[in-house]
Amino acid sequence: MREIKASAITEAIARLSMEANYELEDDVQKSLEAAYEREESPAGKEVLRQILENSKIARTERMPICQDTGLAILFVEMGQDVHVVGGDFETAVDAGVRKGYTDGYLRKSVLADPVRGGNTGDNTPAIVHLRIVPGDKLAIYVVPKGGGSENMSKIAMMKPADGLEGVKRFVTESVRTASGNPCPPIVVGVGIGGSFERCAYLAKKALLRPIGSVHADPFYTDLEKELLMLVNDTGVGPMGLGGRVTALAVHVETAPRHIASFPVAVNMNCHAARHKYVEL
Amino acid sequence: MMAEHTLTVPLTKDIIVTLKAGDTVRLSGVVYTARDAAHKRLVDLIAEGKELPIPLEGQVIYYVGPAPTPPGKVIGSAGPTTSYRMDPYAPTLIEHGLRGMIGKGERTGQVVESMKKHGAVYFAATGGAAALISKSIHAVEIVAYEDLGAEAIRRLEVKDFPLIVAQDSHGGNVYREGQKAYAR
Repeated sequence: MREIKASAITEAIARLSMEANYELEDDVQKSLEAAYEREESPAGKEVLRQILENSKIARTERMPICQDTGLAILFVEMGQDVHVVGGDFETAVDAGVRKGYTDGYLRKSVLADPVRGGNTGDNTPAIVHLRIVPGDKLAIYVVPKGGGSENMSKIAMMKPADGLEGVKRFVTESVRTASGNPCPPIVVGVGIGGSFERCAYLAKKALLRPIGSVHADPFYTDLEKELLMLVNDTGVGPMGLGGRVTALAVHVETAPRHIASFPVAVNMNCHAARHKYVEL
Repeated sequence: MMAEHTLTVPLTKDIIVTLKAGDTVRLSGVVYTARDAAHKRLVDLIAEGKELPIPLEGQVIYYVGPAPTPPGKVIGSAGPTTSYRMDPYAPTLIEHGLRGMIGKGERTGQVVESMKKHGAVYFAATGGAAALISKSIHAVEIVAYEDLGAEAIRRLEVKDFPLIVAQDSHGGNVYREGQKAYAR
């Protein structure tokens, strides 16, 4: 059994919340630079130029890349030999979000009640997806997620007869109808299979993968490539102004499904595809 | 051919009609911020026949909820939010003199009709370029609804705010035209 202090979890999450919002990770930065080179549309190229200049300012001046610093979404893998001491895990996580969003001058975008409103004032509670895994480490992914791209995400409980063609149609149409709203060039997370909620979780989890990574199964690697081509052929382009770069990547994650169900989920991430990772 | 304009608010109808979808604009002067909750309050006041906390005639509203202002800065990061959420309210404001809106993403339906009928234009700013855009903002003052936090109405003084005319007062639409040109 390895002990990890609750305060260490709080400190790590506070730091990652700030860094994620100030600094694009290398995979996203490089992908945007490549997109700028490849974009054919003048309006699209100008948007990408502004995005790259913005990234530089945010990094240098420690300002948020986007004013929508998002819901604090965390994926946590906790080793089964980890013992959290000096406080409870969930309180430590929210304390980290509170500290990061307050000390870092990040926007507080959480309403306490979905219908009656009332800002919680500190961007808590976090949304935490926790898995217990072998080992004595604690792996934390912080993924601040803005509302604009989240609002364009979709789930379909398709018929098994819809098959692979149905998946392609659904993903492509979702991106086309989202148009400029999710702030393209986007990263598209696709979940296939599982249950209703597992499928949505997979689509979100697909956004954690670094741009340039591919699915381990060659069948799905090919599908990711084809979907990226189809999505870029919509012509939506940077900020929807028209262009050849609509998505930086399409990531597919899959799970076994019920014989009667064929859930497919599309979770979109904006070009400020923020993600930070730490292992304690 | 796409034109480049340097404009200062207030905007007259004579200026509005010269702007075409795809043109680039550097905007200076005063713009007011408002998002979902502030729009609802403004439209409710109009329905009740009450006075508004901001002028509308010839004015421009920027759909933004800025990040908190760090020490030593005029404003925190301040990029556009998605505009369609303001579609239910925009026609009423346009009828009452609003000439320009700044946001991101396409407008549809009544807003487009209202822009054509009364002479208004929709500008797109680059979503997610929020730190860059904050450099165009030189003064900030909360003028209404402070209780709404990031959603309060702010009076911004901007200089050379980089924009694109996304949808003009003649029905021109850069989203439709641009996407068609690059689809395969």
